[in-house]
Amino acid sequence: MLRTWRQRITFSDVVVWAIGLAIAFMVIYGTIATLRLGKYTPATWLDLIITGLALGGIYALIALGYTLVYGILRMINFAHSEVFMAGPFTAAFLADALVKLGIWNRYPLLSLVLVLALAAAISSSIAFLLERIAYRPLRTAPRLVPLITAIGASFFLQYTFRGLYGSGLKGFPTLEVLKGYWSLGTIHILKTQAVVILGALAMMLILYGIVQYTKFGKAMRSVSEDKETAALMGIDVDRTISVTFILGGASAGVAGILYVILFPVAHFFMGFIPGIKAFTAAVLGGIGNVPGAFLGGLILGVLESVGPSLFLDGMGIPAPYQLKDVIAFIILVFILIFRPSGILGERMAQAKA
Amino acid sequence: MSTNTSALWKQAIRTGLIGGAIVVLLALVGVIGTFKERDIISGWISMGHVLFLAPILLIAYSAARHVESHSKLVILLVGAISGLMSALVTAILPLFGQVVNLRAMFANASPDLYKILTFGQGIPLGVIILLLVGFLIGGLGASLLLLPLRARKVLSQAVVWVILAGLLRELIVVVISRWGVMAYIFRWMFAQNGLAPVGAIAIFVIIGALTFWQSGKKRPAPRDLPPHQKRKRTLVTLGGAGIILIILPLVLGVYFSEILDTVGLYILMGLGLNIVVGFAGLLDLGYVAFFAIGAYTVGILTSPELGLFHLTYWQALPFAVMVAVLAGVVLGLPVLKMRGDYLAIVTLGFGEIIRILALSDWLKPWLGGSQGIQQIAHPWIGGLELRNQTQLYYLILVGIAIAGFIAWRLKDSRLGRSWMAVREDEDVAQAMGINLVATKLLAFATGAFFAGLSGTIFATKLTAAYPHSFSLFVSINALCLIIIGGMGSIPGVVVGSLVLMGSPELLREFAEYRYLVYGALLVVMMLMKPEGLWPEARRRLELHEENELVPHEEPQPVLNNPGQLGG
Amino acid sequence: MFKRMFVAFSLLIVASMVLTACGPKAYQCTDALGCVDIGPSDPIHIAYALVIAGPDETLGIDSRNGAEVAIAMKGQVLGHDIKFTGEDDGCSAEGGQAAGTKLAADPTIVAIIGTSCSSAARVAMPLISQAGMVMISASNTAVDLTVAGNPNNYPGYLRTAHSDSVQGAAAAKFAFEEMGVRKAATIHDGSMYADQLQQVFAKSFKEMGGTITTTEAVDPNQTDFKSVLTSVAATGPEFIYYPIFVKAGSLITRQAKETTGLEGVYLMGADGMFSPDVVEGAGDAVEGLYVSSPDLAAFGADYVAVFLPKYSEMFGTEPISIFHAHAYDAANIIFAAIEKVAVKDADGTLHIGRQALRDAMYATQDFKGLTGNLTCTPTGDCADPKIAVYQYHVGLYPPERIWP
Repeated sequence: MLRTWRQRITFSDVVVWAIGLAIAFMVIYGTIATLRLGKYTPATWLDLIITGLALGGIYALIALGYTLVYGILRMINFAHSEVFMAGPFTAAFLADALVKLGIWNRYPLLSLVLVLALAAAISSSIAFLLERIAYRPLRTAPRLVPLITAIGASFFLQYTFRGLYGSGLKGFPTLEVLKGYWSLGTIHILKTQAVVILGALAMMLILYGIVQYTKFGKAMRSVSEDKETAALMGIDVDRTISVTFILGGASAGVAGILYVILFPVAHFFMGFIPGIKAFTAAVLGGIGNVPGAFLGGLILGVLESVGPSLFLDGMGIPAPYQLKDVIAFIILVFILIFRPSGILGERMAQAKA
Repeated sequence: MSTNTSALWKQAIRTGLIGGAIVVLLALVGVIGTFKERDIISGWISMGHVLFLAPILLIAYSAARHVESHSKLVILLVGAISGLMSALVTAILPLFGQVVNLRAMFANASPDLYKILTFGQGIPLGVIILLLVGFLIGGLGASLLLLPLRARKVLSQAVVWVILAGLLRELIVVVISRWGVMAYIFRWMFAQNGLAPVGAIAIFVIIGALTFWQSGKKRPAPRDLPPHQKRKRTLVTLGGAGIILIILPLVLGVYFSEILDTVGLYILMGLGLNIVVGFAGLLDLGYVAFFAIGAYTVGILTSPELGLFHLTYWQALPFAVMVAVLAGVVLGLPVLKMRGDYLAIVTLGFGEIIRILALSDWLKPWLGGSQGIQQIAHPWIGGLELRNQTQLYYLILVGIAIAGFIAWRLKDSRLGRSWMAVREDEDVAQAMGINLVATKLLAFATGAFFAGLSGTIFATKLTAAYPHSFSLFVSINALCLIIIGGMGSIPGVVVGSLVLMGSPELLREFAEYRYLVYGALLVVMMLMKPEGLWPEARRRLELHEENELVPHEEPQPVLNNPGQLGG
Repeated sequence: MFKRMFVAFSLLIVASMVLTACGPKAYQCTDALGCVDIGPSDPIHIAYALVIAGPDETLGIDSRNGAEVAIAMKGQVLGHDIKFTGEDDGCSAEGGQAAGTKLAADPTIVAIIGTSCSSAARVAMPLISQAGMVMISASNTAVDLTVAGNPNNYPGYLRTAHSDSVQGAAAAKFAFEEMGVRKAATIHDGSMYADQLQQVFAKSFKEMGGTITTTEAVDPNQTDFKSVLTSVAATGPEFIYYPIFVKAGSLITRQAKETTGLEGVYLMGADGMFSPDVVEGAGDAVEGLYVSSPDLAAFGADYVAVFLPKYSEMFGTEPISIFHAHAYDAANIIFAAIEKVAVKDADGTLHIGRQALRDAMYATQDFKGLTGNLTCTPTGDCADPKIAVYQYHVGLYPPERIWP
């Protein structure tokens, strides 16, 4: 048995494992050093965790879109980050109009619903058009082709919106009713943060419900399992895929509004980095898996928020928060090497990862 | 018959709507407004107008294509209706803009834009003119279908050349002005902005005549020539190209040497990425990492600023390249088991990691942080310091020659075949006995080698290395140019680099919409011509399996058709 | 199609190789660096090298707009129209090299407004200086560009923007003496501008006796700063100096107010955050934010009364970045210098001596610009040496001047 085991391990495996262990060791060392330093109080850690959860909620929502599309088409929709951007960027203008009409702060719930509806509508439309124009004709093409198309579509959409709305920042008005924070003893959570976390949770539950318990969700799951057989069973594959994109787009639009509630600025480039982080989150949780995307998002958000302080500060690295994206990417690499199916797992991982 | 006609009109209307939507999009994004300043025919037609009317024409043409089998009148009408619809949709913009202040939302919905769209006549006269113009242009577009193929070719070539001449006016004028007295032969063709009408007509006639004459002759296709004639032809072409390449910067001056240098550096990088993506099928979005590593290594080793080392450029070069290759292996190891999409994102992550590390305060003592590394040494040859763009051009040319030669030999070597097998299907390749690990790592290493080389030349040209130079956009540029040029095709890299890297330098307006165009081009190319502009023969076969004469049940992998291996 | 292009292009090359023998004749000119000759009906060619595309484009486009306002308001110089063209400097060294090469190769250019970023200037200046041209920057702040004897200091370079050494030191003085704080933290965004400013601030602050509790860095496109701010809060600063740009700056301001541990901590930015966008972007949180800037006490009125309306009319928006006024002043300095040294011929041709132009620009004194009272030093620093500190209040722009 030892001999077959030795035969299966290659040199590259050894090197990769060595690097992995080295990084893990440094992380543990850094953590211990930081905790020993005692620079941060438990209240600070809690603050960081809550911030991470809020950020993670947004990653989770965007990740839902990635995971739905990947589950059904086995393809990363690179342009999803622009689907995410289109909704809130457009809705910002509506919000401005509502402010001018005086409705914004007088009827905050109504305003929020309107803005959410518009963002979801715009994002879904973009997602739908994307699928119809760019992805559908390439469904049978070799792997690389739709991937490149997605990258091209991503840049095209980014710069189209830049051309349309300008390259500057578009401020998103804040809601009076969401100012300030709630406190439980020493724990402070901003009202906006709470809204984001709860909103992400709600959206996740809705989508999970759709995928698991509705007829349409069943169609989605069967198409993702085996397209040809699903077609034989009488499922309209094209329509299912279109609606999947619409759902993913809608969740991205909602994510976008939550995002601008938390960080009230929209601009054409805003989707790019959150998109990559969200993809990392989707992979982390298990691609194709709805609760997985949610969990992955939260974990990534927390690690990004807490990580630099926890791992890097203790090692004496100056300006640790400059390296927080590095932490996110290293997490991605780790997961893809050591557990490609993600935390909650997903059947097709090994063959497709 | 009646159902048929209603279907026809529906078709015309639908395509017209799409055309109109395209024009409105172009208008709102700002392309039409920006290009308005650049006249093609001075005082008459600007590029903005071309971009405004061309979609209408082309959409009408494609609408007419659908009804090709019908009578001439029907074809013309369909085209005209389509054009009318496009104009109608376009007219909505200025009409709406009168009532609502669109500018609050759409930065480009300015009165100037409306002026362009209504031909300066305002509402309502301008709208009527717009509709009329749409109708006519639509009909014109459809009428192209009625012309014989040869006439169509002549017309389209002539028009394209006139537009190109108008766009590249500055470039041409600068080159011509160096000819002194003889410049007057061509000078009258150009006005202050764009072509003079006389010049436009002249170019139209000349190119039209040339195309006419060309298309009449029957010439043997290159691959049908006997081998020794083929070889002679190749040698003559290469020799001629070589001579021109050598004298090019001397003739064109420093202005263009700068552009050639940039294009050249990207060709060098493209050759490397072409191996990784084109040969081996590994989509690397973090290619800039190796570029950065080459540049920074030369910086660290030669700059007196950091005080760590003080080598010359030539001494630092092998180290820099070796470090880049090592990085290629190190960054390749973790991604060996990943495919397609995951590989792309992870490599993108690596590229960003390298950039962030170069920028970081943490590594500032060694990498310079946000200030970068300055005072990087120039290369010395004998007593001559290679410092300006013209001199460095030759260095880049040598680099490209070496890289091109290596890439060309590798393509047909055993390693190259292994790469292509891996690109096709990894599992089958492994089953055939190919060592996946070694093959993939060699691909990364070779790609990193070229990128590192390019990086060292970049650093010495700039005499500085700043982290801001090594952003994701460099990787995206390299990726776009090899894909649009032709994946896996070496001449394709040159074409892609010339077109994609040269155009923003030559056309300032284009530079503003650069990535929009890149994105659109990628999507359009993948949809219509995924093998690129100058394809590699094998690739073209792979991607157009359906066009083969022998019908298959479903697309078969290339390995099953041994007779098609033509390289 | 490409083959045909290739053949045509080759023919063009061969032909020009044969024909390059003849060249244009030079005019008689007594200037050490040569003259620019402008025909009676030709425009005066001013060029720019600014970042007008890419992620930093608002900086360059805004500067270009400021210059265009100056040109529009000036109309003509000595009876000649003004032609304003330029290149993108990409806010990078390679962009600066490309822009510098192209501009230096065009002998019709009289003066250049640029570059946007110091890294571009360092590489562009040797080329422009060698071509005899003069370049005046509205936004370069790197110290070494105007330090005599520094390898990056070239003749022909001026700027209306501040050197970081002045601003950073002023900010430190304000913090230490006026606000009385002894512990400060700094945040920069990886740009050379911000990094140098915070370095100067840190050095001066420490020299005066204060301590820097921590230095952090963020990405300029980042939107979530809570974690960074929480981490900074844990080090217990009394003052946070973040000399960055509007986008990240307004978000940090907003989020700092929401971070526990930072209550009562003073927040300060630099002239990168002197912009109406900060008032909009930070909302209520902008209350109490300090910012340093050239002292606009005497000349601020013109900015709001004349410049801003003209800007809005020409471009449809409020100014989108911060150095437009500096660019406006730069353009006007150029015009003033041209008017001073240009010689008009009998047939109406204008001759501008390059060295004379340079000298005139360096000799600018007491120039009343939008950004203050401008006097140029021999090495090119024209910015008003007086730095003032302002405080933002909600909904109020420009902010209130409070120091000195």
